[in-house]
Amino acid sequence: MDAILLQTLNGLDKGSAYALIALGLTLIFGTLGVVNFAHGALFMIGAFCAVTLSRIFSWSYTVIDETKTDFLGNPLKVDVPYVQAWFGDEMGAAIIDWSVPLAIIFAIPIMIFIGYAMERGLIKHFYKRPHADQILVTFGLAIVLQEVVKYYFGANPIPTPAPDAFKGSFDFGAFLGMEPNAIIYPYWRMVYFMFAGIIIAGVFAFLQFTTFGMVVRAGMADRETVGLLGINIDRRFTIMFGIAAAVAGLAGVMYTPINSPNYHMGMDFLVLSFVVVVVGGMGSLPGAVLAGFMLGILESFASMNAIKSLIPGIDQIIIYLVAIVILLTRPRGLMGRKGVMED
Amino acid sequence: MGILEVKGVGKNFGGLKALSDVNLSVQENTVHAIIGPNGAGKSTLLNCLVGKLIPDTGSVMFNNQSVLGRKPHEINQMGISRVFQTPEIFGDLTVLENVLIPCFAKRDGAFRLHAFEGVRREKELMDKAMQMLEDVNMADKRHMHSASMSRGDKRRLEMAMCLVQEPKLLLLDEPTAGMARADTNNTIDLLKEIKEKRDITMAIIEHDMHVVFSLAERITVLAQGTPLVEDTPENIKGHPKVREAYLGEAH
Amino acid sequence: MFGLDSKDSKLLLIVAVLALAAPFILNPFPAGSELAQFNAGYPDLMQRFVIFGIFAIGFNILFGLTGYLSFGHAAFLGVGSYSAVWMFKLLSMNVIPAIILSVIVAGLFSLLIGYVSLRRSGIYFSILTLAFAQMSFNLAYSVLTPITNGETGLQLTLDDPRVLGQTATADGSIPVTNLFGLEMRSTYELVLGAWNFQFNAGYYLSAVIMLASFYMAIRIFRSPFGLMLRAVKTNQTRLNYTGMNSRPYTLAAFVVSGMYAGLAGGLMASMDPLAGAERMQWTASGEVVLMTILGGAGTLLGPVLGAGFIKYFENIFSKINDNVLHGWFAFLPDGMEDLLVTIVHPFVGKGWHLTLGLLFMMVVIFLPGGLIEGGQRLGKLLRRKSAKQDDEDANKSASTAAE
Repeated sequence: MDAILLQTLNGLDKGSAYALIALGLTLIFGTLGVVNFAHGALFMIGAFCAVTLSRIFSWSYTVIDETKTDFLGNPLKVDVPYVQAWFGDEMGAAIIDWSVPLAIIFAIPIMIFIGYAMERGLIKHFYKRPHADQILVTFGLAIVLQEVVKYYFGANPIPTPAPDAFKGSFDFGAFLGMEPNAIIYPYWRMVYFMFAGIIIAGVFAFLQFTTFGMVVRAGMADRETVGLLGINIDRRFTIMFGIAAAVAGLAGVMYTPINSPNYHMGMDFLVLSFVVVVVGGMGSLPGAVLAGFMLGILESFASMNAIKSLIPGIDQIIIYLVAIVILLTRPRGLMGRKGVMED
Repeated sequence: MGILEVKGVGKNFGGLKALSDVNLSVQENTVHAIIGPNGAGKSTLLNCLVGKLIPDTGSVMFNNQSVLGRKPHEINQMGISRVFQTPEIFGDLTVLENVLIPCFAKRDGAFRLHAFEGVRREKELMDKAMQMLEDVNMADKRHMHSASMSRGDKRRLEMAMCLVQEPKLLLLDEPTAGMARADTNNTIDLLKEIKEKRDITMAIIEHDMHVVFSLAERITVLAQGTPLVEDTPENIKGHPKVREAYLGEAH
Repeated sequence: MFGLDSKDSKLLLIVAVLALAAPFILNPFPAGSELAQFNAGYPDLMQRFVIFGIFAIGFNILFGLTGYLSFGHAAFLGVGSYSAVWMFKLLSMNVIPAIILSVIVAGLFSLLIGYVSLRRSGIYFSILTLAFAQMSFNLAYSVLTPITNGETGLQLTLDDPRVLGQTATADGSIPVTNLFGLEMRSTYELVLGAWNFQFNAGYYLSAVIMLASFYMAIRIFRSPFGLMLRAVKTNQTRLNYTGMNSRPYTLAAFVVSGMYAGLAGGLMASMDPLAGAERMQWTASGEVVLMTILGGAGTLLGPVLGAGFIKYFENIFSKINDNVLHGWFAFLPDGMEDLLVTIVHPFVGKGWHLTLGLLFMMVVIFLPGGLIEGGQRLGKLLRRKSAKQDDEDANKSASTAAE
């Protein structure tokens, strides 16, 4: 029982990331009909927004502290971050400590802008081209984005810690009255899961309750008819692209403490997220979310020793296996609409 | 006994009855038109004949063989060719290649791994394809990229692709849909010419009464998924039920 | 010649001359000169040209003719490499059985994957092949370690049986790959004045096999089978209603291209007998897609051109560092020189992939027909300038020649 609970919890954070990326992919596919292979790169850029911000916060100047000396007897040089000089020691240290959550505010406008620029500058010209061309050009873009990041940040993963307040783990087992230390769950993973839940709920609420969202949903269902009503659907779709980019970016920002970001993390997540979208059903938003969590949890279960010893290697291939079975037996995915790209 | 015998065919989509108890008999070497107002089930019926859809009930016999459950390419190999509403041709290929492909299909069947012989060395099939293009007055366009042709020419090419297979039955799905009057008349002339020159059975699904009455020898009127009447064009013209189906729908 | 018409014979002849004379052609600069770094006429690089050429020729039979975009072809290359290395471990160091086995195993593997993947088309097909390739990659890294030797990669050891050969040479080292005794690494050096030309046995074996593959590709392109594959790309519905079953055609194309990939993998292992899982990763599949598109998908020459282009510039670009750049721009005033070096710097050296990505995007956006189309457009432009009349027949022959 506790093992099952533990694996479910372990699957949640990866599942959250899958769900967030797949949600953005689906938004883009559903509204613009474009298969975006550069979406993983947006996730990666989000993560590097957090890295950048934490670097900006730790920009320092050097002062000489006359009261102390280093081991050679010279006056000690101390690096003082500007934020500490401006906001006082305590406040400054807190800002540095909280750089990852603060990066959310920093990342939203940047990601929306990147998404907007991508759509207007590139994707727009590919609406009428075949899906293969869309895949190819966005694949090229993904390579470019990832190489640019590699150029500025290097090839090694960059550890970006969570705020001190969220370090350590929560003893979930004791909380539920089980044995202590049976189920230990890091605080930040809980934060990530809840954050993902809020974002997903936010996107759904936005689509459900605003006029803007209603038009977009109508456009997803039948683009031509909505166009005939004289509503400028393209403009709204462009904004949706920006929102999808922001969702992927925020998923990346918050993921940095779980996995130190590196330049190819986008590609790693992209393949899996595509599989998630396909399993959930091309163009179905609830499907993408459901499949994201489902596959994250499945993957986590498959990596249990009991299961691995039963079927060796299953943890490595479970997601792909599920995708293949789904594609062959139910091509439109778990919750896909009938007739959407079933061939 | 007709070459095509449709008996008691029914098809439902969800709760919607698209076809119910359709009976149809197409006699050899005649032109049989299937007409009816929009939503009467004409296209559904046609799709049941070519293997795109499988009817829920009933039987479809072609030359005393059932076509049900067969794939489109198997049904074609039985001798049924189909012309689409918007011409379906191989747009990236030349006109000659377009006509060669059905020649290969006719000779080699649904699949043959002939990967080492050159296409150009298939003298017999090349001649056959050229002959066909001459018959439809397109020989001079044989090297043209077929996607760049006019719609009328595409239609003509599609007919040639079907005819070169010498089908026993040619199905035409609104062959003049969306055409200007002049193009429509050209198509009618082409079909008449084909009928005169060859022993061929045609089943035409059509909306345009002008086309139907210039070509058909036998007409079935379909309304709300069932055949209303089947008769000669003369009798259909004044038939009260037909007028009701058409005018009743309009009002 | 060999059942080809005169135009195709000419094309084959040109490729043959280029391939066989490559040690001269790719070595235009005298050794030791400033420009010698742009030479590509050394065995290792030339082998890569032709081996990736084979890979791309095969990929083009699937993607160029049928339009099915596979993102999993590296898996077949990897499987080919593993099979070849196993042959070297178990049977003998002769490359012929190794290459034959790698083609067969890759063929069977692609039959399996193709049979399942081809039940879908379009983007679903791409994702299925991607999923299969990633699965193979993950398995090669984990459970299949007894076969693949996991992260280290499969290598020859001194206690391999090699039943038809020798476990170890007389002096106690691992034997080398050979073709009936002719060692693949043996290289004849011809020194002509300041030039140093290298003729490598492994390269010539690969080049001859590449020419055979190219010849086969021409035959396939010109055959009824090739015509059907092109028909699949332009209108599958019509093909089905014309009495053709498109699935066996696409499956055959998939298997043929998988066998080409296996051949390339086997050759790769024959030149350097080791195989690693990273050869199967999807980014490696992406590379062959890049080569084919860059050269010109659906054309005969394009994939070979694309493979050579990418492998050549990969090699050159990675050699260019800031010193070289300063050397180039030295004639400029200092400020300008530094500025230009700063601008160019991210695109060379380790930045090759950035350049490649940009180049690839440019090609997809502006030149979907790849370098071949670029050449044609250029040719057309020049012709129009020299003789102003619009000569439609000539244009047509140019476009059919490239097919």
